[in-house]
Amino acid sequence: MTETQIYAELTDVFRDVLGNDAIVLRPDTTAADVDGWDSHAHVTLVVATEMRFGIRFRTAELEGLHNVGDFVRLIEQKRSAA
Amino acid sequence: MEQLRWLPSHPDLSSAIKAARGQTDPERRLCDAIALTGYRRDFIATEKLDRLIADCPTARAGSELPALMHLQPARLAVLSSHTVDHLVPGMRVAGLGRRLALDITVTPYGLYRAVLAERDAELAAFAPDFILLALDSHEMAFDLAIDASEAEVARAVQERVADLARLWRAARSLYGAQVIQQTFLPAAPPLFGSLERVVPASPSALAERLNDALRDAARSENVLLFDLDLHGRHLLSGQALADPVRWHQAKQLVSPIAAPVHGDLVARLLAAALGLSRKCLVMDLDNTLWGGVVGDDGVEGIRLGQGDALGEAFLAIQGYVALLGRRGVVLAICSKNDPRIAEAAFSDHPEMVLHRQDIACFMANWDDKATNLRRIAQDLSLGLDSLVFLDDNPAERDIVRRELPVVAVPELPEDVADYPVCLSEAGYFEAATFTRDDAGRAQSYRAKAAHHEALAQTTDMEGYLRGLSMTLVASEIRPVDLPRAAQLINKSNQFNLTTRRYTETELEEMITDPGTIAMCFRLHDKFADHGLISVVIARPDPEWEEQALLIDTWLMSCRVLGRQVEAAAVEALAAAAARRGIRWLIGEYRPTPRNALVADHYGKLGFEPQHPPAEGGNAVRFWRHAIGDTPIPAHVIKLKGLQ
Repeated sequence: MTETQIYAELTDVFRDVLGNDAIVLRPDTTAADVDGWDSHAHVTLVVATEMRFGIRFRTAELEGLHNVGDFVRLIEQKRSAA
Repeated sequence: MEQLRWLPSHPDLSSAIKAARGQTDPERRLCDAIALTGYRRDFIATEKLDRLIADCPTARAGSELPALMHLQPARLAVLSSHTVDHLVPGMRVAGLGRRLALDITVTPYGLYRAVLAERDAELAAFAPDFILLALDSHEMAFDLAIDASEAEVARAVQERVADLARLWRAARSLYGAQVIQQTFLPAAPPLFGSLERVVPASPSALAERLNDALRDAARSENVLLFDLDLHGRHLLSGQALADPVRWHQAKQLVSPIAAPVHGDLVARLLAAALGLSRKCLVMDLDNTLWGGVVGDDGVEGIRLGQGDALGEAFLAIQGYVALLGRRGVVLAICSKNDPRIAEAAFSDHPEMVLHRQDIACFMANWDDKATNLRRIAQDLSLGLDSLVFLDDNPAERDIVRRELPVVAVPELPEDVADYPVCLSEAGYFEAATFTRDDAGRAQSYRAKAAHHEALAQTTDMEGYLRGLSMTLVASEIRPVDLPRAAQLINKSNQFNLTTRRYTETELEEMITDPGTIAMCFRLHDKFADHGLISVVIARPDPEWEEQALLIDTWLMSCRVLGRQVEAAAVEALAAAAARRGIRWLIGEYRPTPRNALVADHYGKLGFEPQHPPAEGGNAVRFWRHAIGDTPIPAHVIKLKGLQ
């Protein structure tokens, strides 16, 4: 899976979870930039991302998910390890 | 994880939700959303469906939309010791599927004690019908050593339950809500393995003992249980209800992934408490209750019985259905078959678990199933929305879903061995109470169907009714009658003049009020004892004269419709009122989408139409009966009690 594909899939997840088809994700996008990305939605985003990519974030990794780039890096790592 | 597997899969749920989002009319959007709750959904689709109805007025006061959609509004407050916000969409969406328009509020987590210590203005203004107390074992931590003795554990459990009972009473007295207590999950995974629950203070043993004690306390305090512990074991088929990562991350006891099934478990419990559970299981025969086609294979040729794996699997589904029948689910047959051959399987096959007399209505012919389901509902005096239809044939299921969307048609697994679990998981027959009358209900419905049949053959109605030798026993509602009376109050929809719902607790208060006449009626005839079938409550009302009683509640089980029970009941009520010096009875009819049957109830009983005392504006109507002057209609029922 290329980085572009991961971005496309992840954008789909964010649009799905937050109910907003206008969302565009960039590496430095944070919760502050996206309407509805609050602490509750964050957990949902994490779980939805896990389901979509067939991965699981470790508790230790959750703290490090500050922006979209963090999500993508971890997804890449986990998918290449799998 | 596969959830809600009794619901069919939508070919493209995402697009369907998107299309529904395009509906600008909230009414149409709600309609679409209700239809889409009939399909299997994961937690993301659930949240999307919830957003679809976000601006549809649902349970909010004054909205007429729920009634239009045949939804019953209910308000639920969740008081919890952990995060539950992520579970609310699941409850709301599942509510629509269970015919509820839920308005839900969540008290910030951990504040449940504060709002139960003194009246919280915000929660009081919300006026919850139900308060769900969702606590976890971390919150109820036992300060016990792991080697604590049996007696120490018993004492600690008792203290916890006494504490909870105080909270229940507070919830009831402060907010007048029906309390629901969630059972506890163990605070930690097993420490000992198989010895776990032998050690009194092990985490699993503590949760189990606490839950056990809760069950007893809940029964005596009229509290409903939300048995998360039971569902965690049975319903999620080993899938994790709780995820420790989510607990550490966000104090979520239930994982967001489980939100759809969790929401349905809550919704079905509320629906049961409000009388919206299904009542009747209608079954196909060939390849549903036995293997093979009896018309082709003959009674000897069908697969049913010991010594053959498939035959045993069919025995198991019959056994499960028979148990449902014994707990009061009405059983019916709807099969494309020659009626004589189909009935012969019941009478002649030695291994049949279900017997002909277990079946209240037997519809075997060559008509289409939707038509037959309508006939069954009519013969049993049940709404189509009380029926569940079990059929192994996907095409038949599909047609019935399309023709009769209000009938519940579970998607069945391919293997009949999985039918009982699937039917159990679907929760159509969720019960909030269970009384002896429920167990006798099947017999009563059978009599109802027989009565229907006899009626069809008789032209002398009066003579027929006389021949039934009916006796109606009237009594004031006593504490022993409370569970059944409350159950009837909360589930009667058709023969219900005002559709006012009262919890057992509220009813208990009413029967202790000396000014109120709260009566219940039991009917038996030469065929069956129908048990407690009617409740009538008359009380003083400031809008009417001092010597008048307003009939606040009059409802009756439709099983005994057309038996002149109403006439005998008004005779009993008038007699009881006369003894208290009452001069008038005021009848009230409040229309709902489901009670048109009784629109002219009071007119038929000879009451005089009245204008409402105050500006009503709505369609509520009143009638008057002058005790001693208004004649009581003739009836052939022997009246007992209260004389």
